[in-house]
Amino acid sequence: MDLIIFLVLLALGYGTGRYAEHRHYKSILEREDALRPIPAVATKLAPWGDPVPETQMVSGNVVVSVDYFKRFVAGLRNIFGGRVTTYETLLDRARREAILRMKEQAKQLGSHIVFNVKVETSSISKGRKNAVGSVEVLAYGTAFINPR
Amino acid sequence: MHISTLEYAPGKKIRQHLGLVQGSTVRSKHVGRDLMAGLKNIFGGELKGYTELLHDSREEAMGRMVEQAQAAGANAVLNIRFSTSSVAQGAAELYAYGTAVVLE
Repeated sequence: MDLIIFLVLLALGYGTGRYAEHRHYKSILEREDALRPIPAVATKLAPWGDPVPETQMVSGNVVVSVDYFKRFVAGLRNIFGGRVTTYETLLDRARREAILRMKEQAKQLGSHIVFNVKVETSSISKGRKNAVGSVEVLAYGTAFINPR
Repeated sequence: MHISTLEYAPGKKIRQHLGLVQGSTVRSKHVGRDLMAGLKNIFGGELKGYTELLHDSREEAMGRMVEQAQAAGANAVLNIRFSTSSVAQGAAELYAYGTAVVLE
């Protein structure tokens, strides 16, 4: 009985997880294309000219969870060691999504560039059997807005 | 209040440094959200409830930081950084800090 539940969860996780990830990546790529005119740069010293731009802090955050199947695969990886690709895509998705949300906020403010971007990652379900489970990514920076 | 992650304000001179200001909040999630998160742990995907919760908590931490800056007589907080740490299972601390300054 336990084995059946386990297999069902595994199949469910594999199916829905794959579908969700595929859809998410598609939306990320689309939005990255759309937001390309607003670069997010890590430069600390932002050059400014005349007129002096207004600045506004922008941020974006997201919490993404890994599915049952991926957690199982990652568990197997723990035995043999090596790259845990299932978590790599999780973190990649979360970071890109957070940066996109930050850029969307900048776009709403009419900004053309975001300076001094910092990205912070934290695992929020720590303590539960050492599983990564879900990660939170926060991206924040300073948007420059040219006065009209 | 001028809030920025930069170490300076474009086109403005810093007249006075007032030192570090900080704000933090410790939050835990409620059972309903935890239940949904448990389900999501099977299917994968974004945990919207948590995203909102952490966003709101961070706003609160920043609000506290700004209050401290106002109390010190600052009109800007520069070089803001955020940090998150989990203090206990199911609870996270969100911390915001920056330098309070007086801009011209």
